[in-house]
Amino acid sequence: MQIINKETNIDFLKLRKFAMVLSILLIVGSITSFFTKGLNYGLDFTGGTLIEVGYEQDADIPKIHDQLEAIDINGAVVQNFGSAKIVQIRMPQQDHIENAKVGDEVLSALRSGGETVTKRDQSFVGPVIGEELKEKGGLAMIVALICIMIYVALRFEWKFSVGSVIALAHDVIIIVGFFSITAVEFDLTVLAALLAVIGYSLNDTIVVFDRIRENFLRMRKGSSGDVVNTSLNQTLSRTLMTSITTLLVLLALFFYGGQTIHSFAEALIVGVFIGTYSSIYVASPVALLLGVKKEDLMPPEVEKEGEEFDTP
Amino acid sequence: MFVNQPNQQQLPINTYPKWKYGLIILVLALAFLYAAPNIFGKDPAVQLSGLRDAVITQQQLDEIQASWEANDVKATSVKPENIGADGVKQIVARFQKDADQLKARELANDILNPTLENQSYVTALNLAPATPEWLANLGGEPMKLGLDLRGGIHFLMQVDMEQALKRQQDQLRRDFIDTLTEQEPSIRGRVEPIENGMLLSFRNQEDAERGYEALFRDHTGRIDLQLSEKGGRPIIRGTLNQQKLQEIKDNAIDQNRVILSTRVNSLGVAEPLIQRQGADRIVVQLPGVQDSALAKQILGATASLEFRLVNHEADVVSAQNGRVPPGSKLFDSEYGPIVVFDEVEVSGEHLTNATASYDPQTNEPIVSVRLDGEGGSKMTRTTTANVNDQLAMILKESRPIFDIKDGKRVLVGSELEERLISAPNINGPFGSRFQITGRFTEGETRDLATKLRSGALIAPTFIVEERTIGATLGEENIEKGVTSVIIGFALVLAFMLVYYKFFGFVANVALTLNLVMIVCVMSLMGATLTLPGIAGIVLTVGMAVDANVLIFERVREELRAGVRPAQAIDKGYGHALSTIADANITTAIAAIILFAIGTGPVKGFAITLFIGILTSMFTAIFVSRGIVNLVYGGKSVKKLSI
Repeated sequence: MQIINKETNIDFLKLRKFAMVLSILLIVGSITSFFTKGLNYGLDFTGGTLIEVGYEQDADIPKIHDQLEAIDINGAVVQNFGSAKIVQIRMPQQDHIENAKVGDEVLSALRSGGETVTKRDQSFVGPVIGEELKEKGGLAMIVALICIMIYVALRFEWKFSVGSVIALAHDVIIIVGFFSITAVEFDLTVLAALLAVIGYSLNDTIVVFDRIRENFLRMRKGSSGDVVNTSLNQTLSRTLMTSITTLLVLLALFFYGGQTIHSFAEALIVGVFIGTYSSIYVASPVALLLGVKKEDLMPPEVEKEGEEFDTP
Repeated sequence: MFVNQPNQQQLPINTYPKWKYGLIILVLALAFLYAAPNIFGKDPAVQLSGLRDAVITQQQLDEIQASWEANDVKATSVKPENIGADGVKQIVARFQKDADQLKARELANDILNPTLENQSYVTALNLAPATPEWLANLGGEPMKLGLDLRGGIHFLMQVDMEQALKRQQDQLRRDFIDTLTEQEPSIRGRVEPIENGMLLSFRNQEDAERGYEALFRDHTGRIDLQLSEKGGRPIIRGTLNQQKLQEIKDNAIDQNRVILSTRVNSLGVAEPLIQRQGADRIVVQLPGVQDSALAKQILGATASLEFRLVNHEADVVSAQNGRVPPGSKLFDSEYGPIVVFDEVEVSGEHLTNATASYDPQTNEPIVSVRLDGEGGSKMTRTTTANVNDQLAMILKESRPIFDIKDGKRVLVGSELEERLISAPNINGPFGSRFQITGRFTEGETRDLATKLRSGALIAPTFIVEERTIGATLGEENIEKGVTSVIIGFALVLAFMLVYYKFFGFVANVALTLNLVMIVCVMSLMGATLTLPGIAGIVLTVGMAVDANVLIFERVREELRAGVRPAQAIDKGYGHALSTIADANITTAIAAIILFAIGTGPVKGFAITLFIGILTSMFTAIFVSRGIVNLVYGGKSVKKLSI
């Protein structure tokens, strides 16, 4: 079976102006949403207490809110977690209750109505940890991008390096934007997913670049644009194949992996789409825009000059 | 033409030399061998261990086994796991049935801890890997499961380094004043604290220079000294150097880790984890524990140290019969029964350090103790008035109380326990620095120093993160993790088979072997499998296909270009190689950075991703080529099934 039966010859670059506008719109939208709406940070980032409880019947969320208010718990977020019988309660640091006791107080408040409530999971994260995580996460992202930029610059050429890093930043910004707009919880696993997306999208980009380099050396005729187009066509079926297999496992994680890795899978699914798009429409066009040409990729010729004699 | 060396045989296209197959088979055999422990599952087991110095004697063991036999409890194996210098510290007994395990624990507990007051042994329920003995002897071990997969409590404790540094700073002030006043004639000046040190100001340049020399002589190696001028007066900045600062921090962490370990051991948790994380934090993981409030009470309890005098007038024999004089208490110690006054002469908060060292004259192992200024003057007063008396050192610690409820041993609270750890003779008056001598061995002095320090609260800890994962949630996580791996894996296998036919089958074999190798490497490394780790494996499966996809697409391209099948295979694999390497190295960079910067779940994900990249390169390049070569190599091929 073949998705693409013969050599394709799609003029990808014809659409690059349109793609550029689309990318810029997406990035501007993402940044705007990030600064106005922000992210729905998970407990890992905000600090506070999280309790997951199980009921025997479907949980009555408004009632839980009342019970929490009765013991002066402020700012609690109560939501179903994977099932109507399971409830997750997230609350910020409470000033009047010791952190160590919040869990027990909440539990006894929930049981006050006579229901059987079991504690499934409880977490407390100090405010310092959350702040640190934001810093460290941001740092990880920047360090990763710099290291990758250096590697690509050494292995290829700086124009490719800039192209790949712009593509990666593009992916990260749009995924963060996606999480901001949809208000899906942004926790530690999403951060890990973001870094995995960097790895994945880069993988795609490198494969295309590798082909561009090869074709620059092989194709005698044709402009730089033609070379890029040919390369994109030649790698298209592998790009699609890998995206499909990766998506297959991610869908399995998304539907069967349970709540804990739900947002992880979600971030990666978005990432695979964006990453595939960006390695075709962002990385290569940027390199092209920077004026990548055949000479940039020629192996430096060793000049063998004869010794010069200063003959009188 | 003699381009090739005469003895080097040119192999036909698409064949591997025999040694390459040998190597592949060897690596895969090892992979299967060390992945194998994971399929044997676990046996219910009971772990018996002695607290502090307690050992399990042969007699106790015989009694326990007799009692098991009498109650029809069959142990499949009973083995000592931890043998210390003075005997067996820990025994693990395995059982076939869960019911036997519970009963065996009760019976063993009755023998080891006959009364509720005297609990010197811990009996814990455990799951011991059922790895066959020959495999275990080869170092085969199953992967450990993270807390998110088995349930339990996770704490992240922060060590208060500011406190530790502040104590050292106080000590420094004391030391500086001592040095300056010891000089002839003594040097006068002012001392004020600055960051990580002290600022000394002098009345004239001469004093400052003499002071500098004296301080340099006494404190070189741990202090950076800097002579300068401020507001017209000569000053010296004496700050703790980097090495000393690091030492203070390391000591504070280490000490807390030791204290936490003893407390966790007293809880009787099987396979706890107590580990330093970063510069100033300690991770404590207690698998199977669900009551976070009680766990916190035990972990957070502070030990304290007291120096008290021994009551020599009291009659030890009558005290043992219950007539303890008022204001005193009877202690059982390794030196025999001793009656000690209740009044505290010096409390442990004044202790700044206790280290094991050697007497410079006799070279005997001793413990050097240092107190702060206030403690020093109190100690001088006490020792001057009581020469030739004994100074008792008492460590107060809280320990868990267990009770029998519904036939089960449950933790109901904690109580303060006082222990006499040493009662040396006061040979003459001393102050803030003194030595404890005795016929100690090196190990004993180290032990005593640790005990003394553990009561000094050199650096308090507080909990900055806490997670309780219910046992049911853990099971759910495992189940869902495994289900998603299987489904994702099956989908990819099916898709590859349909799309690439025979070559798809080859890729599938490589992919399966890759999974085995990941499990093998993780088991060998002793890595912990967590839910994000499973996600990492799943993702690797998806991405590992990529290497083969690259190769196969390349082969198809060559075929389309009219290249003969055998050549197409060779060129396909050859051309794809550098691309695969580049693509994987960049992903590996991302994984390494994740590992270096991330904590907990992120680290777990990074480890599996990184291992997956390495093993997938091996399986996708060597193993898949090996299979293809076996089928198509060395003969003329008309058509490829791709």
